Amino acid sequence: MKIHEYQARNLFAEYGIPIAEGDVAQTSDEAIKIARKTGFPVVIKAQVLVGGRGKAGGVKVVGNEADLVSEFNRIKNLNIKGYSVERLLVARAIDIKKEYYLAVTIDNIKGDVVIIASADGGVEIEETAKTHPERIIKFYLQGVKALDEARWAPVAAQLFSDVRLQKSATSILQKLLKLFFEKDCSLSEINPFVINGEGNLIAADAKVIIDDNGLDRHPELVALRDMKYEDADELEAKEKGLSFVKLEGNVGCIVNGAGLAMGTMDAVNLLGGRPANFLDVGGSSNPQKVLSALTIILRNKDIKVILINIFGGITRCDDIANGILTALKQINIPVPLIIRLTGTNEKEAKALLTQAGLTTYTSMRQAVTEAVKASK
Amino acid sequence: MSILIDQNTKVIVQGITGRDGSFHAKQMLDYGTKVVGGVTPGKGGQEVNGIPVFNSVKEAKEKTGCNAAVIYVPAKFAKDAMLEDIANGIPLIICITEGVPVLDMVEVKKALSASPCRLIGPNCPGLISPGKAKIGIMPGHIHKAGDIGVVSRSGTLTYEVVFNLTVNDMGQSSCVGLGGDPIIGTRFVDVLKMFQEDPGTKAIVMVGEIGGGDEQLAADFIKNHVTKPVVAFIAGRTAPAGKRMGHAGAIISSGDSTAEAKMQMLRDAGVVVIDFPDEIPQALASRLIA
Repeated sequence: MKIHEYQARNLFAEYGIPIAEGDVAQTSDEAIKIARKTGFPVVIKAQVLVGGRGKAGGVKVVGNEADLVSEFNRIKNLNIKGYSVERLLVARAIDIKKEYYLAVTIDNIKGDVVIIASADGGVEIEETAKTHPERIIKFYLQGVKALDEARWAPVAAQLFSDVRLQKSATSILQKLLKLFFEKDCSLSEINPFVINGEGNLIAADAKVIIDDNGLDRHPELVALRDMKYEDADELEAKEKGLSFVKLEGNVGCIVNGAGLAMGTMDAVNLLGGRPANFLDVGGSSNPQKVLSALTIILRNKDIKVILINIFGGITRCDDIANGILTALKQINIPVPLIIRLTGTNEKEAKALLTQAGLTTYTSMRQAVTEAVKASK
Repeated sequence: MSILIDQNTKVIVQGITGRDGSFHAKQMLDYGTKVVGGVTPGKGGQEVNGIPVFNSVKEAKEKTGCNAAVIYVPAKFAKDAMLEDIANGIPLIICITEGVPVLDMVEVKKALSASPCRLIGPNCPGLISPGKAKIGIMPGHIHKAGDIGVVSRSGTLTYEVVFNLTVNDMGQSSCVGLGGDPIIGTRFVDVLKMFQEDPGTKAIVMVGEIGGGDEQLAADFIKNHVTKPVVAFIAGRTAPAGKRMGHAGAIISSGDSTAEAKMQMLRDAGVVVIDFPDEIPQALASRLIA
């Protein structure tokens, strides 16, 4: 789950990571109040969960109230990669002497937490990683949840010649790590991590991503989710235990398992059709999930046919069949259903559906071909 | 021959008293797997489908001599279940549970690295050596004993692939579902190595997906170490582009993880990459004759 910069800054503050004084504003009046407190110049930054906001004109330093109001209103009216700007962060502008990069994330292949640091911070960090990989330091925690200070010390010395800054950076990194572990992050990033006019280290930006699988342990973080970035149908699907992504086509798909769901989308495309969605009913499916899936898919008025492709493993085909039968009784399904069921409890499922007068398929290619035909 | 499990593997089921655990314990037993016990703390002394339930892995190991464990416990207990197996030196651990937090897996990986244990999963369908044993949730009846090794990141997509092999009379030596999570115990490269060394495996089918860097590593490994024919299917060619994860994700990931990029790397490594799961049998047949 991505959270906004102002929310990440609040977490930084909670853990004692230095940030510039400031707050989030929804109106220019609120912005002025904040700026009067922090003093000018201030930086105002669009709070959107997509990258490239600076290049889109969503970040500006202003020196007085008149400029603050006009720039605030200009940014508020921006559309950044399809998203309107609801809020802006207003913070005391930092007199930046030098930009570093500091992040904690997970290297999936190694299965280890890794600190990434560089003396070349800023928006071009990915470019630096490609062209000058030697300027990017990767420091693995080797399975422990804290910084091995003896092993880290030479790295800090490599980044900062000044001993005071080495100590300060190490202390900030320890706080960033504490945040990373305690809040089940998959990323906590400071870019740029800067030396300010007073010669102190401070986080000039804050980015935090929380592991969705870890959210159960953090009810306080769930509330940070910005619903604007979630499709209403996708959210409802998630609540019902389904994984759903809306697409542009007209073949509704209900599949079990993410791999087969992707494989089914590929197959619909390959055979000349266009999938209307990705929908994974997950494992251990109970009949209710099929009813929910059909209800959500049928809200899309472009749908010409619904393809149900189930290969039973932990999902039992008879559960799916019962779900289909329940759905037929409870909701109007105005489009043809193409049903393919193979695997665990397949015989029971086919008997149930045949009794109800429905046709079932065993071959995926055959079912997809029929569905594509019905979509034309 | 087969890899990892056979008719002599003795399995315990963690979470055997739950809905999925009890159902699949019975399915495994019916398939012929030696399911020798179950573990649910506090429910020791009970029986599920005639299988004795123990309070701990330690007790189960002492009483049954098990050499494999399969985990069906809820996500929040999965880490402890895996760590308990590792602490008790269970050589093969299969974690079916999905939704395990990534940082829990970092801990498990650390414990694994200091042990001789092998973990398959989490969030995986398990593995099967057809005609000998199955540990996991895959439907046994779609498999058939033979000499094709199957390794996959997906669950149901693997069944689709296996089903196509079986109806074309191409049996399988073993089928291993690695799981779809970011951090998993066993990766493509590990299983490719086992299949390459297994005299009972003549050819390999690999089922990958978009995202991550495992198929790229597999392509490298195949190029340098695999002499047996490999056929691959990569799912997600038409999936909408994923959302990026800050700069660190791009810095740490090993290059392009789109389906097309993976397919190209595999082709460059001499792998036959097919478009539709039902094209695998023919592709295998052509490679096996060639």
